This record gives sequence, C-alpha cells and structure tokens, in this order.
Amino acid sequence: MKKNYRLANKAIATIILFTTVLGTFSGCLKQNSSKNASVVTITNVSYDPTRELYEDYNKLFQEYWEKEKGQKIEIIQSHGGSGKQARAVIEGNEADVVTLALEGDINEIQNAGLIDKDWVKELPDDSSPYTSTIVFLVRKGNPKNIKDWDDIVKPGIEVITPDPKSSGGARWNFLAAWAYADKINNGDEGKNKEFLKALYSNVTVLDSGARGSTTTFVENGQGDVLLAWENEAHLSLKEHPGKFEIITPSLSILAQPSVTVVDEYAKRHKTVEVAKAYLEYLYSDEAQRLAGRNYYRPSNSEILKEFSDTFNLEVELVNINDHFGGWTKATEKFFADGAIFDQIYKK
Amino acid sequence: MKQKRKQTQWLLIFIGIVFITIMLVLPLATVLVYALRQGWNAFYGAINDDYTKMALSLTLKTTIVVVMINTLFGIFASWAVTKYRFRIKHILTTLIDIPFSISPIIAGLVFILVFGRIGWAYPFLEKFDISIVFATPGVHIVTIFVTFPFVFRELVPIMTAQGSDEESAAALMGAGWIRIFRKITFPHIKWGLLYGMILCTARALGEFGAVSVVSGHLRGKTVTLPLHVEILFNEFKITSAFAVSSILVIIAVIILIMRNIVEYRVKKEER
Amino acid sequence: MAKSILFFKKKKGNIIPGFGLSMGITITMLSLIVLIPLFSIIITLSDTTLEDFWQIISDEQTIAAYKVSLTCAGIAAAVNFIFGILLAWILTRYQFPMKRFVDGLIELPFALPTAVAGISLTTLYSDKGWIGSIFSKWDIKISYTKTGITIAMIFIGIPFVVRSIQPVLEKLDLQYEEAAEVMGASRFCIFRRIVLPEILPAALAGFGLAFARSIGEYGSVVFIAGNIPYETQITPLIIMNKLEQFNYSAATSIALVMLIFAFIILFSINLLQSLISRIANG
Repeated sequence: MKKNYRLANKAIATIILFTTVLGTFSGCLKQNSSKNASVVTITNVSYDPTRELYEDYNKLFQEYWEKEKGQKIEIIQSHGGSGKQARAVIEGNEADVVTLALEGDINEIQNAGLIDKDWVKELPDDSSPYTSTIVFLVRKGNPKNIKDWDDIVKPGIEVITPDPKSSGGARWNFLAAWAYADKINNGDEGKNKEFLKALYSNVTVLDSGARGSTTTFVENGQGDVLLAWENEAHLSLKEHPGKFEIITPSLSILAQPSVTVVDEYAKRHKTVEVAKAYLEYLYSDEAQRLAGRNYYRPSNSEILKEFSDTFNLEVELVNINDHFGGWTKATEKFFADGAIFDQIYKK
Repeated sequence: MKQKRKQTQWLLIFIGIVFITIMLVLPLATVLVYALRQGWNAFYGAINDDYTKMALSLTLKTTIVVVMINTLFGIFASWAVTKYRFRIKHILTTLIDIPFSISPIIAGLVFILVFGRIGWAYPFLEKFDISIVFATPGVHIVTIFVTFPFVFRELVPIMTAQGSDEESAAALMGAGWIRIFRKITFPHIKWGLLYGMILCTARALGEFGAVSVVSGHLRGKTVTLPLHVEILFNEFKITSAFAVSSILVIIAVIILIMRNIVEYRVKKEER
Repeated sequence: MAKSILFFKKKKGNIIPGFGLSMGITITMLSLIVLIPLFSIIITLSDTTLEDFWQIISDEQTIAAYKVSLTCAGIAAAVNFIFGILLAWILTRYQFPMKRFVDGLIELPFALPTAVAGISLTTLYSDKGWIGSIFSKWDIKISYTKTGITIAMIFIGIPFVVRSIQPVLEKLDLQYEEAAEVMGASRFCIFRRIVLPEILPAALAGFGLAFARSIGEYGSVVFIAGNIPYETQITPLIIMNKLEQFNYSAATSIALVMLIFAFIILFSINLLQSLISRIANG
C-alpha cells in the first residue's frame, strides 16, 4: 500500500517535470509561417534612433518592390545600441541586413564569418547612404558663449558626453575632438592628449549611452554643452522647441553609419536579392530626401544642398579613413583597454 | 503607558510613510507627470499603438509561463530544504539564490553562451531548426532564470518557522506526501506563497536587462513591454516611454488589489 | 535518482515522505535553469590563462568599481534592513489610513522597468529635481554621486526585506507578546526578545538578497551614477564596456568575480540564518 503511494508520487513528479520542460521548449520550434508564399520577410537590425527613418523608408521600399517585382515584403525592424546589435547578430540574431552606426561594428560581424570581405566597397560612398557629424547642443542664447572646441576645454565649462567605452556612437565625439586638437597642435600627440584630458575633466556626467547623455542635459538640466550627433541634436530641438541651440564647430568628423547585407543569413533565408535591393534603394533620390528630412545628411551632394537650411555645410569634416587610418586602428589606439582614453583618466 | 504606546506607534507609522513617500511615491509621481505632460491624447496615442499591444501580449504570456513554473519549483524546493536535514543544504540554498545576484547582463549572456551561435548547444539546435535565443523561448527562459528563487525565498522562512513536527506526526499516522502537503503545510504557507507569486509576477513584468540581451529587439516579435519602453526612450520619445511604462504600473496595481481582495475574503472566511 | 547521490542523502530520524520526489524536482530544475547555463561561463573562460584572468580582474579601474559597487550595495542593504523591519511591522500590526495603498506600493520597484526607474530617480534627485533641489541648497549633490547610486540600490531592494518578514510576522502568535506584557516587559524588550529572534532569519535573508541584487543591478543604477572612472563607475558597467569591445572572456572573468562575491555573501547569510533558527528552536 505504502509502496504504491510512493510509486504514484514518482509518477506524478515525472509527469510534472516533463510538462514543465516541454512547456518551456514547445514554443522553440520555428514556426514555418509560410502563410503566403509571395510574402518575403527580411529583418533589418539597426541602431537607435533610426526608427522613424526606416519606418518611412520601409513603406517606400515596399511600394517600389511590389511595383518592380510584384512581390510583397514584410520588414521586421530591430533597434538598439549599435555595438549591442552587432553582438546580437554575431550571437545568432538572424538579420538579413544591418544598418549600424559604426563601420567597426560591422567589421566585427565580418570577423565572425557572417559577412563577405570588402563589404565596404559593395555600395557607393563607403556603404554609407547617409552621414552625420558631431555638433554642440547648448542652452538657448548660448549663455557660455561656446563657439568651437577651444571654448569647451576652458575651466568651469561643464560638458556632457557619453562614455566611448560603453557607447560606440560616443567614439565619434572623442575622435572629432582629437581631430580638432590635431589640427591646432600640428600633430603633436602629447598636446592632443592634454587637450582631451582638459575636455574630459570638464565632463561631469559620463553616461553609458547617447540617449542617457541627452536626458542628463535636456531633462535634468546638467552641464553647459552636450556633444551630440547632429541628427539627435535636431530631435532634441524638435521635442523642446525654443530651449536649445545647435552650434556647429569649425571642424568635426564625418560620422558614417554603414549598411550591408549579412551574407550568411541572407543566403540561408534566400533573401540575398531583395536584401541587396533594399540597401541599394537607399541611394535613390526619394530615399535620400527621406534621410534629409530625418536629419541625416544625404550622401548625394545635390540633395544635401536642398537641405542647406537644416545643415551647416561650411563645417570642415574629417574622414575616419583618411585621418585615423580606419576603425580598426582607431579603436586600438584610443579605446582598447589601457589605450589613450584609459590613460586620460589614469591618475 | 497606553498613551506612550500610541505615541511610538504613530511615530513608527510616520517614519515608515516618509520613507515610502521619498523612495516610492515620488518616483511613481515622476513617472505619471512625465507620462501626462503632453496631455491625454499623447498618452492615449502611445498606449493605443500596435507595437505596444504586441509587446503587452508577449509580456503577459511570459509572465504567466514564468509564474507557473517558478511556483511549482518554489513549492518543491522549499519543501525539500526545510522538511529534511541533509548535507550541503546551505550550498543548495545558495545556488538557488544565485539568479538574484547575477547582473542581468550576465544572466542574458550565459544563455547566449549556451544557445547562441557561439554557444555549445548551437550545432544541435541548428540541426533541428530550433531557435531559442532571439526568439520568444529565449525571452521565457531568461525571465524564469531571473525570477527563479522568488517563490522559494518566500516559503523557506515560513516553513522554517513552522518546523516539521506536525508533518512528522501526520507521517507517523501514515499520511502520504500529497495529503500532508495539502492538509498541513499548505494552510500555513498560503499567504507566503501568494506573496512569492506576486513578487515573481511583478519582477517578470518589469525585467529588462536579461531579456534585452537575448531578445534581439525584433519589433512585434520579441519585444516585451520594458524593451518597448527602452526603444521609445532611445527614439527620443520620452513621453511615450513613460506612458507605456505606466501600463506596467497599472497592471502591477491591479494585481496587488486582487491580492488584497483575495486575502481579505479568505481571512474573513477563516474567522 | 537523487537518492543515490551520497551528498543528498538525508540524515536519519526523519519520517516525512516525499524526499526523493521533491529533491529530484529541485535538483533537475536547478540544473536545467541555473547550473548548466552558469557552467558556460567557465567553459568560455577555459581558454583564458590564469595570468590573463588575474590581470583583467585586478585592473585598477575594475577594483575601484568593485569598491563602489560593494560599499553602496552594503549601505543600501543596511538601510533596507532597518526600514524593511519597520515597514513590515507597521503593515502587519497597526491600522492607519492608506495602509492598503502603502502595502501595494512595495512591489513597485520590481514592476517598473529599470530604465524608467533610473530616469525617474535621477530626475527627482538631480539638483533641478523635487528632492535634489532641497539638498542642493546645502550644496549636497545626490544624482551622479555615490549617494545617488546608493539611493537607486535602496529603491530596487525595498521589496526584499519587507516581503520576507511580512508573512513571518503575520503568522507570529500574539499570545507570547501578550504574556510578556502581562509580566511587565517593556515594549522594546518584547520586540527584542520575542519578535526579533523570530523575524531575524527572514530579515537577514532579505538583507542578503537586497545586497546581492544591488551589486548586480545595471539598468536603474547606470542613469543616476555619473559613470566617471575611479569614482562612480559600477562593476556591471565595466562588464558592459568589455562586451562593447567584443571581449567576451574579459566580461565573463569579471562576471565570475561578482558571482563569487555574491555566493560568499549569500552562503554566509544562509549559514547565519540556520544558526539563528537552531538557537531559536533550542
């Protein structure tokens, strides 16, 4: 009698365990949701804040593609920090195309064997259909009279910028400042370091991401100047009209967000053709204008001129390849553990 | 004497309320102020968005799965740990507590290191065309992980305080395991169990860090409500972000009210 | 089954049935959900040499971050310990207006997405915020300092202590306290001698969990921390930085160190807890 009871207990336990395990994993099987064979799905893994741009662009492209090929497509968007998104793709987030903030992030995906070599050359303008730059966001009326990089290293100026070690996008800020220092110091690296040391000792809050910095500056009223991407600075102006001003320094960096097809995953999904077309169409006149309206500088110089009201076209922009020898070199020299950025903070 | 006692009582209540106000009420008020600062229409628009609804349904599904599994585990594990004496009990208890202390980033990362493309289980999964991370199962599993000890943790102190004399007596009289649990243990632990489940629900609703690592942020597919909040925030839509997070607060409040009603009714019956 | 494993063999003198069953389920689920995934940290580290490992975890900046994380989490857990007991006490023993509301708020820190909690706290405690502006009159900065980090950690730890003690207090038989009072013991003495020993194991458990959760927390703390290296950088941020550089082995190395910290804390609290309950039960 007692033995039976025990047996029953064990049986119950086994059943419970199996249900639990099965329950957990039942959802795992990929649903081959081929409800409609003519609908092709592609996944675009992007960074923030490109959502509005791609939301509009996806509609544009869906129309275009249906007209050209008579095929409907569904585009799944994913947004997050650029480095984090690149990591997710490496770790198995099966994106057909990536549209990230840094060439370096895409290079990491290439190193993981998912993207063919020389992807940068596959599309025009180093595979960056739109660009941006680093500008200053200051409070209305520019009370501290900030005009250029010289002004923000002065003692007593409080600077807000994200940490280049945790935010890939913030590396552009650092490099822009370095490029300026390089120009006034005629390439004297010791002096450049002093310049950046002065700059970062003015930094009162070093947020982990660009958006965090903007909140610190805009919502919490910290600091006198925010170093920001041009498109993000415009978004802040839009959200808080009449409270801030954009100052474009005399020299800045050409921030080139890069796009490419993730060859390995696209081949697996049999979406290479549409994925390529998706990126190529970003260079069409309509898409370029769309980028301009979303505060990205169109790479087509004719269309860029149409937006001369929005963008300061006078600024001298240095290119990462010409000035720093590309992302890999720049990362090693400035942002690796123990490299120049760490040295600046070392006591 | 009596009056002095009253004084201490009100003093304690006062201190408690001040602490709650500073630490909890004001942050909550900040959320609501942000959520409503562009008016009701903006608030309603943010909530009535298709992606918000999809995120909400994923979050609710995840929470239900997670609470069920962890309740089951919590009951068995706390029973095993408190009703018997065996070696390495402390190590076992500590291991169960581990998910509390792991940084959410690492919690997500360990599952990537198992099921992701760089993980050791990947070749096997690929063969059978199963995807766990960057799909909904991944979201479920990491949420189970981060809330794993909640029910267990609530039950252990109660079961310890209760001791095992009554159970032993019942066992001597020949009662089986299930009968002992149902008739003796359960009445003692039911409020603790409820607390544990509520905590687990709240935590599962709000979990962000770990889920964000394994979700892949696929809009409409693997984006939970907290991830959706983060995305909105990163898109410079701070008002919408706070509006959506107020949904989470509302759900939490509804659950807590439900708990209070259940508690009140049952306690009344017992009297 | 688990019965065959010597380690789990129960000691003699217990007649409650169901040991094999409950232990079996516990071990299986624990392994599937916690142990096997955690083991992958060690697998990932297997190609890191001990020297590299040591160098990563003993880096100056990283050590500064451990210090920040541990001290802030320790203070926060201590604050929660005291206020947790107080809150649990007033919620179970006293009647006052809005009691249900206060009771309901306790879980709020869990339900609020960490980023939202972080942003709200930062706004509240920055020198332009409701609370921060009061303190800024005396030149005290809260947001972007260690004080701010501690406050965020108090916030996320509140439910642990309160909800650990509350069920125990509710179950506590009032007659001992009443008897003691009849015999003329002071309120404080009753609390210390009768109530405290009963709730101490639960309160300690709450303390340990709040502490452990605080050192691991990222989302809500990172906004209020200024993240200045050597000063207000928390350990999870260092892990994030390593990951941003695609350096998985460095990230997992530091994660392992934090895991060991947490394990030691939780383990000693579990020991202490059973010691106390053994004393309490004679």
